[in-house]
Amino acid sequence: MTTPTTLAEKVWERHVVHRTDGEPDLLYVDLHLVHEVTSPQAFDGLRLGGRTVRRPDLTVATMDHNVPTAPGPEDPISVQQMAALRSNCAEFGIRLYPTGDLGQGIVHVIGPQMGLTQPGLVMVCGDSHTSTHGAFGALAFGIGTSEVEHVLATQTLPQPRPGTMAITVDGELPPGVSAKDVILGIIARIGTRGGVGHVIEYRGGAIRSLSMEGRMTICNMSIEAGARAGMVGPDDTTFAYLEGRPHAPTGKDWEEALDDWRSLQTDGGAAFDREVTIDAAELRPHVSWGTNPGQTVTIDDVVPDPADEAAERALSYMDLRPGTPIREIRPDTVFIGSCTNSRIEDLREAAGILEGRTVRAGLRAMVVPGSMLVKRQAEQEGLDAIFTRAGFEWRDAGCSMCLGMNPDQLSPGERCASTSNRNFEGRQGRGGRTHLVSPAVAAATAVAGHFATPGDLDA
Amino acid sequence: MKPFTTHTGRALPLDRGDVDTDQIIPAQHLKRIERTGFGPFLFGEWRKDPAFVLNDPRYAGASVLIAGPNFGSGSSREHAVWALEDAGFRALISERFADIFRTNCAKIGLLPVELAGESVRALMDAVLDDPATEITIDLREMRVSAPAVDERFEIDAYTRRRLLEGLDDIALTLAHAERIEAFERDRSARLPSMADTRPA
Repeated sequence: MTTPTTLAEKVWERHVVHRTDGEPDLLYVDLHLVHEVTSPQAFDGLRLGGRTVRRPDLTVATMDHNVPTAPGPEDPISVQQMAALRSNCAEFGIRLYPTGDLGQGIVHVIGPQMGLTQPGLVMVCGDSHTSTHGAFGALAFGIGTSEVEHVLATQTLPQPRPGTMAITVDGELPPGVSAKDVILGIIARIGTRGGVGHVIEYRGGAIRSLSMEGRMTICNMSIEAGARAGMVGPDDTTFAYLEGRPHAPTGKDWEEALDDWRSLQTDGGAAFDREVTIDAAELRPHVSWGTNPGQTVTIDDVVPDPADEAAERALSYMDLRPGTPIREIRPDTVFIGSCTNSRIEDLREAAGILEGRTVRAGLRAMVVPGSMLVKRQAEQEGLDAIFTRAGFEWRDAGCSMCLGMNPDQLSPGERCASTSNRNFEGRQGRGGRTHLVSPAVAAATAVAGHFATPGDLDA
Repeated sequence: MKPFTTHTGRALPLDRGDVDTDQIIPAQHLKRIERTGFGPFLFGEWRKDPAFVLNDPRYAGASVLIAGPNFGSGSSREHAVWALEDAGFRALISERFADIFRTNCAKIGLLPVELAGESVRALMDAVLDDPATEITIDLREMRVSAPAVDERFEIDAYTRRRLLEGLDDIALTLAHAERIEAFERDRSARLPSMADTRPA
């Protein structure tokens, strides 16, 4: 009898090219996603070493971190970085989806959209939110630029075996609680160090009930709990999402793929190194108050008393007083976007709340779709009209205000309700104050002028 | 990569936990396409505060950084590691480094040393008390020694050998080229490839 194994272990074992005692396993990489910020030095390294890209056919590039999302003067250094990606892709024969191309978008949005992200793959990208793709049952993790060069040159990576961790969310999510609230609730419980050294598998009825977009939101923020990767076992929801996408298998290949993908489940009795169980019924809409994603409470709570020096520093940076009800905090800006929450379902949810309503006077609000295809689809559904009538700016695709590398930034002291993933100091612009929320809370907050749920608007 | 065998130097005490890579190097400095020159942007925002420890002249020239747990969390940006290297750091000491950050360090020869929390605390206090305190990190013996602490640390054998000998990791992998080729021959033809892109 074979030992029961976890999903992560099954995918790992399929990709071991070489194994020796005392060394990390050498893993094969099925798909390498590349963007403009973490790749130029890797391509330079290849040239210096007289090496080339081993598998351009398993490599795909786009521009996302730097790209402007509205017309205006372009930053010459950003332009130079994007030009470098263009020439590197041309030199090494890599397919690039540049600005102006309908295929362009945030790297973690376009992979799934094209059907490239599939169950059982090993995927990497020079970006920590590569964990997003684990929603399909792929083992996907972020890497540094030296590793990007390694993968370009060899299509493999030496990797020490991570620990396994199960996070089970049992039961049914209460109405108004979204995937974003699930992951914020998880990080609030296990902390930003809770997943370090582990691959998380999200399990349980509440996870199964989520769409692929919702699962991507959850896996996306695995890194915010310290885990390099997060995964969900593939099921009919996964297969229905994939079927018919440009890179999904077809015909006989599709049937064979389904048989294989169905086998990618954690065996009954398989042991995880760590297990956490959460009752879905306890979850509520969440809002972060501090400067890391673990510093999060529910919208019904108040800003907590600082437990340590780090919390005191966070409160001071955020200019918040303990005991203040979260609903009384008034953001200056609302940002809907990022690889966490910029997919069509996120935009539909926000638009559904904004229909027939308007953004509170004096508040800045913007929507940045995750890809140009998401943008087009939203426009075909009339969502752009709802957003613009409500007072939101409707932008082109990119990472935008999630990290403020392009002109979309907060000013010092500006407070933002953001559907992104990091509330670090200065993340959205120097001195900016970020509160992480779901698209539904972002939309309701834009209308109310203070943190609010859609339910509050009818009250 | 520059080999690392042993290093003795003074240390910078960064007495904070969960320092993310956005603080180590803010995003606006990631636009350079070169590998060098990131040192002046290390802790780009925090260093604007004259009271920030990096601005304390008593710690000028420090080559070892001591930090609270979960150092280097968040973004995978290797620029954070390049900035530390460019600013003259050779080794980092923490109870725990974030996974991607630790890998990035080891790739370029910046030694990440993980010690028990109380040992990190003892070193931090020693350096806070006396900025002239010297710390020796011996990778051959896997040992950290300073007046306050003399302790062995763990590091995996592969990373240790690579750092000691300054080996190019890509060359090590390419020594297995035949195995990579064999693996590729056995890969299923239905796996996704950019070579067979169909229109959306």
